[in-house]
Amino acid sequence: MSLLTVRDLNVEFRSGVRAVDGLDLDLDAGRVLGVVGESGSGKSVTSLAVLGLLRDARVSGEIRFAGRELTALDQRSLRRLRGDRIAMVFQDPLSCLNPYYSVAFQIAEAYRAHHRTGRRQAHRVAVHMLDRVGIPEPERRARCYPHEFSGGMRQRVMIAMALCLEPDLLIADEPTTALDVTVQAQILQLLRELRKESGTAIMLITHDMGVVAGLADHVVVMHQGRAVERGPVRDVFHRPQQPYTRGLLACVPRIDGPLPDRLPTLGATT
Amino acid sequence: MLLEARNLVKRFPVRHALTRRQAGHITAVDGVSLDVGPGETLGLVGESGCGKSTVAKLLTRLERPTSGSIHFAGRDLAGLDETALRPVRRDLQMVFQDPFSSLNPRHTVRQILAGPYRYQGLEPDQPAEELLARVGLRPEHADRHPHEFSGGQAQRIGIARALALNPKLVVCDEPVSALDVSVQAQILNLLRDLQEQYGLSYLFIAHDLGAVRHISTRIAVMYLGSIVETADRDALFAHPAHPYTRALLSAVPLPDPDLEASRERIVLHGDLPSPLDPPGGCRFRTRCPKPDELCAAERPRLRTIAPGRQVACHYPERTP
Amino acid sequence: MILYLLRRLAVTAAILLVICAATFAVFYLMPADPAQGACGKACSPERIAEIRSTLGLNHSPLVQFRDYLAGIVSGRTYGSGTQAVDCPFPCLGFSFQTDQPVWQLLTSRLPVSFSIAIGAAVLWLAVGVGAGVLSALRRGSLWDRAAMTAALGGVSMPIYFTALVLQYLLVVQLKLLPYPQAVPFTADPVGWAQSMLMPWITLAMLYAGIYARVTRSEMLESLGQNYVRTARAKGLPEITVVRRHALRPALMPIVTIFGMDLGALLGGALITESVFGLPGVGKLAADAIASADQPVILGVTLFAAAFVVLANLLVDLVYAVLDPRVRALG
Repeated sequence: MSLLTVRDLNVEFRSGVRAVDGLDLDLDAGRVLGVVGESGSGKSVTSLAVLGLLRDARVSGEIRFAGRELTALDQRSLRRLRGDRIAMVFQDPLSCLNPYYSVAFQIAEAYRAHHRTGRRQAHRVAVHMLDRVGIPEPERRARCYPHEFSGGMRQRVMIAMALCLEPDLLIADEPTTALDVTVQAQILQLLRELRKESGTAIMLITHDMGVVAGLADHVVVMHQGRAVERGPVRDVFHRPQQPYTRGLLACVPRIDGPLPDRLPTLGATT
Repeated sequence: MLLEARNLVKRFPVRHALTRRQAGHITAVDGVSLDVGPGETLGLVGESGCGKSTVAKLLTRLERPTSGSIHFAGRDLAGLDETALRPVRRDLQMVFQDPFSSLNPRHTVRQILAGPYRYQGLEPDQPAEELLARVGLRPEHADRHPHEFSGGQAQRIGIARALALNPKLVVCDEPVSALDVSVQAQILNLLRDLQEQYGLSYLFIAHDLGAVRHISTRIAVMYLGSIVETADRDALFAHPAHPYTRALLSAVPLPDPDLEASRERIVLHGDLPSPLDPPGGCRFRTRCPKPDELCAAERPRLRTIAPGRQVACHYPERTP
Repeated sequence: MILYLLRRLAVTAAILLVICAATFAVFYLMPADPAQGACGKACSPERIAEIRSTLGLNHSPLVQFRDYLAGIVSGRTYGSGTQAVDCPFPCLGFSFQTDQPVWQLLTSRLPVSFSIAIGAAVLWLAVGVGAGVLSALRRGSLWDRAAMTAALGGVSMPIYFTALVLQYLLVVQLKLLPYPQAVPFTADPVGWAQSMLMPWITLAMLYAGIYARVTRSEMLESLGQNYVRTARAKGLPEITVVRRHALRPALMPIVTIFGMDLGALLGGALITESVFGLPGVGKLAADAIASADQPVILGVTLFAAAFVVLANLLVDLVYAVLDPRVRALG
């Protein structure tokens, strides 16, 4: 069943830059869609457009989520959807958490934005979520502030915040890019487990083909605001049709396989 | 050897946020020894906070080591002052991570490229156009300012500046990690071409194991201020001996869904211990999959287990 | 934390000591003779010599300074016998021109200065921060441009000019307010407010302009923070996003400048008090300067400096309470 359907999405900033240009996306419930591309490909803008969080931009096209047309919703209904049915995890967890509030407060705040509950109940939810995303001593850590956590733990907090309302769709925008590789492995493992447990669909936005290969069912390759290639991960990775996709796969030096003398580059020089 | 560093230690005082009183110290680099031979590229990998960037600053003497020696071109750089270091800097240059913040935004590229000569009190013997051509930029770029360039181009300018005085060794600290993947490939290719052309040696510091594998001849792996393993490039990737190296390699996502689905994953548990209060014994034992009493009691020394291969582990993986 | 507090207090005392020494040195280097000033124009050399000895001016500068400090801590007596003048703790010197201890002069003037400073502060905080927040939220709008122009006007208008224009309009022309005078709040709250209104507006126009501009830029910065985007992505109502996630961080720098400004003002608003003829600490300073009453100038300087330094300490403590990152022991 299709959970998210995007048709002919166009995003044009007030500056005249066209960030997304006629994009189509399909994501079924419970599946993981990888959206890959380099910076400026429009992948992050797409995610913000789905949430209705773009400012100073003209958005046109269809964004259908669970049978509702999001572009037709007013701010109030859209706000009810955000965090509740569609949650988001961003790239840099330190700057994405407010330094002035404890992590439990920030999780509870998300919960209370959509549930009529008291502070205590919301706090219990927050502690439970911290436990679920693998933060040791959740009772004690709940009262800590973001700067007291490591990068990986902060991203776990962000994930706890995103999943506390059991959303149908989690948009993860470069969720591991700011993290070290062993911590990235932990977070990817966590996402794999949570996906299995909760059945949340994930839109995984990343520049890293390896991250997509390990998590996604389908993949869309974006370049300059357009989707240049799409399909099930196996097809796209093993039989890429477009030169851009082939280049993207080949230009990243790998830790396995034969060593090329020179790395292939993607067309134009820097 | 071109560069021989022995037992480098760097401690930073840690101050209380409010009272500014010294609350202790962090040993950012804890007894690092490494060699770089002529024409060689030593890759130095590790995660953030492991001390690899501090090593770069010590070797280029942007920081003064707390103890240890750095032999380069027949002198020990460890105790030299800035005046004595000046002639040394002709042969020892650095390329930084963020190309924009390492280029003066008010200067033209021509002025930036004349900087190393000015510092040495020399007349530029290479016109800016010549230096730009070496790194694949056009002569007309010489009179522009840094903000007119893309990240990749700015990094090329940084490399051109490092090469102006024909150095023997270039220390590259995360030179590609701020760049897009396709641009990374171009800069890595450029660094290799320049090495061949000018017989350069590199110390290539990065957290990206793919990039390090691509460019290095030998590799050293750092964890919490110390080197835990050094080996030739192919040996390291084929048979990592230290459990941390193994975990590091198994954590790198492979751009292949089938390999990703079938590979053995070693997911390390917990966080990097605080460098303020590192664990006693083996530094890695809190996250190691197979620690025992010996690991808690005694810190393993870096020892040679095969030609060209050193490991700091009581129980290294067997290597063929 | 207690150790920190003690340390900060010690530093504060040291700063005050330095200020004290510097002010003392400046007055010592001044050509005017304090004895001459205390005695008046028609004064015999014998009388001057007598005053010099009473004031201790025949001692070396260092001894004089030591006596001065001792006076602050435990009070002192000038002269001896029938001529003796008592200056009780805390003795900041004695004004022979007015025949009163400086401390007594200061404390009698404090209520006026406090009334002016606190009332003005409430006014400029409400207007300045409010206007700044609105401007940031409606960036580029007509309101934003109008408010920022007005703020620039408020900042660039000299205080004595605003004060005189206000007085001319409200008192002389429209007869809405009486000429300001020192009315104790406890005696006649309405009269007090009427008297204070013009000084409040005068000062608030200047400070509200500054605060509006600072608040606007701080708000714009915090509105652009990633955690504000997170707050919106959580589905929080926009009003909560603004109040909780944008305004609170934006207020931190305001706390700093507010502490300093208020501290400075509590030590006397010299121009405002002079223009309106209100007997506050600032007016006291102005009069003392005009009549070269050096003990008073020295006392007021020290007094005002103490407020600024203490305000600074208070700001740092408030910061530690408000910002968990500063609070953290790391």
